[in-house]
Amino acid sequence: MENTVIKSKNFNAYFGDNHVVKNVNIEIPKNHVIAVMGPSGCGKTTYLRCINRMHELIPGATSNGEMDLNGENVYDMHPIFVRLKIGMVFQRPNPFPNLSIHDNVIAGYKLNGIKLHKDDRERIVEHSLKRVALWNEVKDSLTKKGSFLSGGQQQRLCIARAVAMEPEVLLFDEPTSALDPISTSTVEELFHELKTNYTLIIVTHNMQQAARVSDRTAFFYMGELVEYDDTKQMFTNPKDSRTQNYITGRFS
Amino acid sequence: MSETFKKDAITLNEESLGVIDSKKTAESLSARALKRSGGQIRMEGFFKKMLILMGLIMVILVFGILITLIVESMPSIKVLGMRYLWGRTWDPVQDIYGAFPFLLGTLLTSFLALIISIPFSISVAIFLGEYFPKGWFSSFLKNTVELIAAVPSVIYGFWGLAVLVPIVRTFQSKIGVPPLGVGIFTASLILAVMIIPYAASLGRSVIQMVPSSLKEGAYALGATRWEVIRSVIIPYTKSGLFAGILLSLGRALGETMAVTMVIGNTSHLPTSIFSPGNTMASVIANEFTEADNPIYLSALIELGLVLFLVTTVVNMIGKKVIGRFTNE
Amino acid sequence: MKTSIRLRINKSKLVQWVIILLAFACVIPLLAILFYIIKAGITKINWNFLTNIPKPVGEVGGGIANALVGSIIIIGVAAIIAIPLGILSGVYLSENKKSLLAYWCRLCVDVLQGVPSIVIGIVAYFWMVKPLGGFSALSGSVALSIMMLPIVIRSTEETLKLLPDSLREAAFALGIPFHRVILKVIIPCGFSGILSGVMLSIARIAGETAPLLFTAFGNPYLTTNITKPMHSLPLLIFNYATSPYNDWHDLAWGASVILLVFVLVLNIFTKLITQRWKIQL
Repeated sequence: MENTVIKSKNFNAYFGDNHVVKNVNIEIPKNHVIAVMGPSGCGKTTYLRCINRMHELIPGATSNGEMDLNGENVYDMHPIFVRLKIGMVFQRPNPFPNLSIHDNVIAGYKLNGIKLHKDDRERIVEHSLKRVALWNEVKDSLTKKGSFLSGGQQQRLCIARAVAMEPEVLLFDEPTSALDPISTSTVEELFHELKTNYTLIIVTHNMQQAARVSDRTAFFYMGELVEYDDTKQMFTNPKDSRTQNYITGRFS
Repeated sequence: MSETFKKDAITLNEESLGVIDSKKTAESLSARALKRSGGQIRMEGFFKKMLILMGLIMVILVFGILITLIVESMPSIKVLGMRYLWGRTWDPVQDIYGAFPFLLGTLLTSFLALIISIPFSISVAIFLGEYFPKGWFSSFLKNTVELIAAVPSVIYGFWGLAVLVPIVRTFQSKIGVPPLGVGIFTASLILAVMIIPYAASLGRSVIQMVPSSLKEGAYALGATRWEVIRSVIIPYTKSGLFAGILLSLGRALGETMAVTMVIGNTSHLPTSIFSPGNTMASVIANEFTEADNPIYLSALIELGLVLFLVTTVVNMIGKKVIGRFTNE
Repeated sequence: MKTSIRLRINKSKLVQWVIILLAFACVIPLLAILFYIIKAGITKINWNFLTNIPKPVGEVGGGIANALVGSIIIIGVAAIIAIPLGILSGVYLSENKKSLLAYWCRLCVDVLQGVPSIVIGIVAYFWMVKPLGGFSALSGSVALSIMMLPIVIRSTEETLKLLPDSLREAAFALGIPFHRVILKVIIPCGFSGILSGVMLSIARIAGETAPLLFTAFGNPYLTTNITKPMHSLPLLIFNYATSPYNDWHDLAWGASVILLVFVLVLNIFTKLITQRWKIQL
């Protein structure tokens, strides 16, 4: 596949003795939205957290195999480099409660101790907030704390925070499961916007969401990557019977 | 490794910077982020090691305390052996060191104080945990009781000397015992006040943990409030209340200044609860700087060792009990 | 039947009143102490009292400047030693919940919390006074810092435990190195809890006397040299309260008021801070 950003080769992940991601091989193309779906406990979130090496922060969690970013194994790099290149947005919005909205956007720079010129700083804040369609809502309250925003706004702030670091890949771990329907659709619209610049990998347990937003879909079941194909293809004509069962709602 | 990343930083996603006026700034920012990372990674490793060192220091500190006490009390342990603990005479001038009067003094004051304070501390616990868990009235009581623990022990001692000792003296002359004022009884009174907060605050929190379904079950059967307390709350929380009492006891055993100031400081074996005496802590406080020969000093340190071991065992049992209670 | 129910209800009411009475009886000693000490001590406090050092027995006047300055220095040095050590140990415990060292460390903190202050004094004597060849304020500070540690460590650990994991993950996902996550995110978010622990520990050691008896020892003169013996408020109160002279008792009453007010204000202030500065998560 041309323009591959992320490529897994025989990738495995464990919690202690528990084998949660089994021998996954996948190639993810640049500037696409990839949905990762499957029933809960199928290893999809664990796999996502392995891409930017968040998995290993949990005590007892290990992994092996290859996880390439632009042809280089992320497990040969320092996790800090990896996470600067691969941003992440979580299930629950988690703005830093001690920082203002403004500082939350540039948190990646600020907390890394990188001094920004005032002009750069303002430009990054404005640009990032515009990218997530939050600028008009918060431009007059940039100095307020991030926790003052609504859930959907907080989640967009978290996306802005990841975007501000200009990563190559953005990981989303069930980004809308804690949001109301209106906020959900705002965030989903963002995905289309963001894919022009970034590669998006979205974990979701919501099949409709996967069908709505993604170009390609990966289906995980019991730790295995069962099927990985064009979204339209997968939902209309699944190759594996387990995928068939899942999308027709025979198990969840 | 960082070489490839610098290369990447320069070929950074070009379109994404379209909205940012100057592509250059963003490039240099990312490059700077990566350049700094080398130093950051070294700091990160250093910091992780430092945290482990901190954990290690705490362990070393406590074992250091234990070892220091053992090493320094070795001369006394060697020379005096077990006689030390049961000897009834403490006479440094004659080189006779028997710690029994102090062991007895400590046990008497602590348990007397415990007996006096339990009705009060349990009442506070029930009041705050069951009768009035909310409202300014109970928050006043709660805060005041907590402040009891905040008053320095030397101030309790001073107040005891000035106020309590004369009162006890009058009381003693009325009941016909030598009106000394100072003594084990007075020390116990002061101690009883000082240890109330420990049992009270732990008692309050365990009483609040009683599931309301249990209480409602009893009420539904027609039990009165007191019957619910006696037959549901107390049985349910008894291990927690016991742990609170143990923590109070641990405090009482090691309390030094207030006791030293009102106990009368004699090394004779106490004959009644009104006799003057000494506790392990008070004799150390009084005689440590005067101990002029190695065995004398070492005998005092051995008292410290005993005190350390006893309070640690009492506190650890208390913590174990409360740990088990909260896990259930 | 009816009378027995009435009996039970009355019994319940009676017990309730007994409990209320006993509970409020606990307030009496504290109020009595406050009242008596302030009554006895407040009239002794004036400018001379705060700025002079004690005079020999028989001479009128004199103050507690040496003890006041000494207390501030001894507590300050103890805090400088204990605060970074305590906070970092607390961070260690909250970051390593399961390791063997963390288990032992937690156990040792529990043990340390229960160690009688007089025992700490003995140990500080052998660790500091003997090697340095004499009593010193520094050795007193070391003793007090050991007493501060468990409180600071516990409050740090408890506070950081309450912070949600999502906060750490948010920071790590931005590629922020571990030490910056701790120093710039975790500790600032738990700041009010850690601060209250620090203030409580200072309030606790401010009144400690026993560990100073064989370390800072006391000094009738004003000194700021931490390698020399130094006076402190609780030591002065102990020495003068147990002396036979009325003049010295007066100094001790005045010093008691200052110490008591300092400790109580610090405690009350801590309570207010923890209520006010809670960060919403």
